Amino acid sequence: MPRIASLIFVCLIASMVAAALVAPPQRNTDGSPAAEATLESNALADESSADAPTHPKPPTFAVTVRRPDGPPRIELAGSDPQGRSGTVACSTCHSVRPPDLQNRTAATLNEFHQGMQFNHGTIACYSCHNPDDADSLRLADGTRVDYSDVMTLCSQCHGPQATSFAHGAHGGMNGFWDLSRGPQTKNNCIDCHDPHAPSFPKMIVGFKPKDRFNAPHPEPEPH
Amino acid sequence: METSKPSLPIVENFSRRAAVKGGFATLGAAAFVAAVSPLRQAAKNTTAAEFMQQHYTELSPEQKSDVIARLETEAKEKHGVDVHISDDRPIPGTKFVYAINLSVCNGNGKCVEACHKENNHDRTTNQSYIRVIEMPKGTMDMEQGSTTYTGAVPKDDKFYLPVQCQQCDEPPCVDVCPVKATWKEEDGIVVVDYNWCIGCRYCEAACPYHARRFNWKEPEVPAEEINPDQGYLSNRVRPVGVVEKCTYCLHRTRKGKLPACLEACPTGARVFGNILDKDSNIRWILENKRVYILKEELGTKPAFFYYFD
Repeated sequence: MPRIASLIFVCLIASMVAAALVAPPQRNTDGSPAAEATLESNALADESSADAPTHPKPPTFAVTVRRPDGPPRIELAGSDPQGRSGTVACSTCHSVRPPDLQNRTAATLNEFHQGMQFNHGTIACYSCHNPDDADSLRLADGTRVDYSDVMTLCSQCHGPQATSFAHGAHGGMNGFWDLSRGPQTKNNCIDCHDPHAPSFPKMIVGFKPKDRFNAPHPEPEPH
Repeated sequence: METSKPSLPIVENFSRRAAVKGGFATLGAAAFVAAVSPLRQAAKNTTAAEFMQQHYTELSPEQKSDVIARLETEAKEKHGVDVHISDDRPIPGTKFVYAINLSVCNGNGKCVEACHKENNHDRTTNQSYIRVIEMPKGTMDMEQGSTTYTGAVPKDDKFYLPVQCQQCDEPPCVDVCPVKATWKEEDGIVVVDYNWCIGCRYCEAACPYHARRFNWKEPEVPAEEINPDQGYLSNRVRPVGVVEKCTYCLHRTRKGKLPACLEACPTGARVFGNILDKDSNIRWILENKRVYILKEELGTKPAFFYYFD
């Protein structure tokens, strides 16, 4: 028995020695105050050098708000004898037709724009569209506005949204939060809202994680 | 008189002792082998370098680059993808804060999906760091909500509450970790060293927002779907048996980019930024909107806010 005991003891010592040898040596150097001091000074140096270029850097990249390309084009319903179809500007028809300033929906029109859904309060078509220049929009004070500047038009009624938008609290963004490192892109109003029916559409939920919170609650058993 | 001779034959006591001792010694040896066998299994799954790796905060720059090189090689061997694992450190003078506009969030779940893809989550469980809770109007009690809703959203009598890690200033998850495998960094992000985590799941139990996830199995991501832009403390493919959490996409945000969930949001409900920057969007929102803090009464001091128009 003593022989077995001493054998086990020798094995224990041997394993401890082996563990000590395999253990990484930098523990010892880390512990010494000199090594700590150099590490700290390194860290400080790193921080100050990193601080200098990043922190006070002024924003060098722009926030771009997307803009519509320009006035919409109307797709022609039919095609010509050569089989070509095409698009025309609004002014193609509207420059030769007198505007009906009272009209409020597509339902009261005899031709064209049939079936267009309109659900934007009780405003008339010409509250926003320009009766004098069909390829542009018109503010409430009569100022002409290009289609690409549609946000100016929306903002005259939707002021709180415009304010929120200006501060990133409406409309979302893409790109960089830090404008000293890269640019940012923002949507315009009509990227998300159909101007004729602006309430945000319903969406279908597509993606669901499978975790325990998604399992239906088991019915509590009656006692 | 033969008094010295007993009436019964004496069993040889010495040899029986030896037999019993031998038997127990064999049993003991067998028990020891059985006890250490998990270590032998572990040794098969772990390289010596991985086993001997120090805690992240104790790694020297050279050791860090060695570790990252090793992880990149392993990713190549295991998944057949060339990944780039970066080690992004906090930007000085930055404290990250998130805000969600509950007036416009419609629960469509695009953020959940974006997180799933960006952070190389397990494909079979559709894992994600974000849970969108459908809540009855008039309460902020998370327990009354449901995450199982489907179909067209938003529903008329509901609102939608996306919940992810709130990057608390007093994080209960960090306090309970027995090995300090999770900690809060200078820019406010609570991170996990996946190579130091022992998988005890104390942090998961401590989090009042249910924001932590445990890898019950090796995450499976097809090679072509792996996001190669990875961070050591964020979206590298995690090993089995460790806890993980939202890191505000630190591999993106510490490079100045916006988090993936924000870019994916079709309603523009999400806002992210540096609260120390007086001109930032997030500062304007916190100063001008009605702001709500989830479970504020617990004193966790989240760096995550909900606001209303």
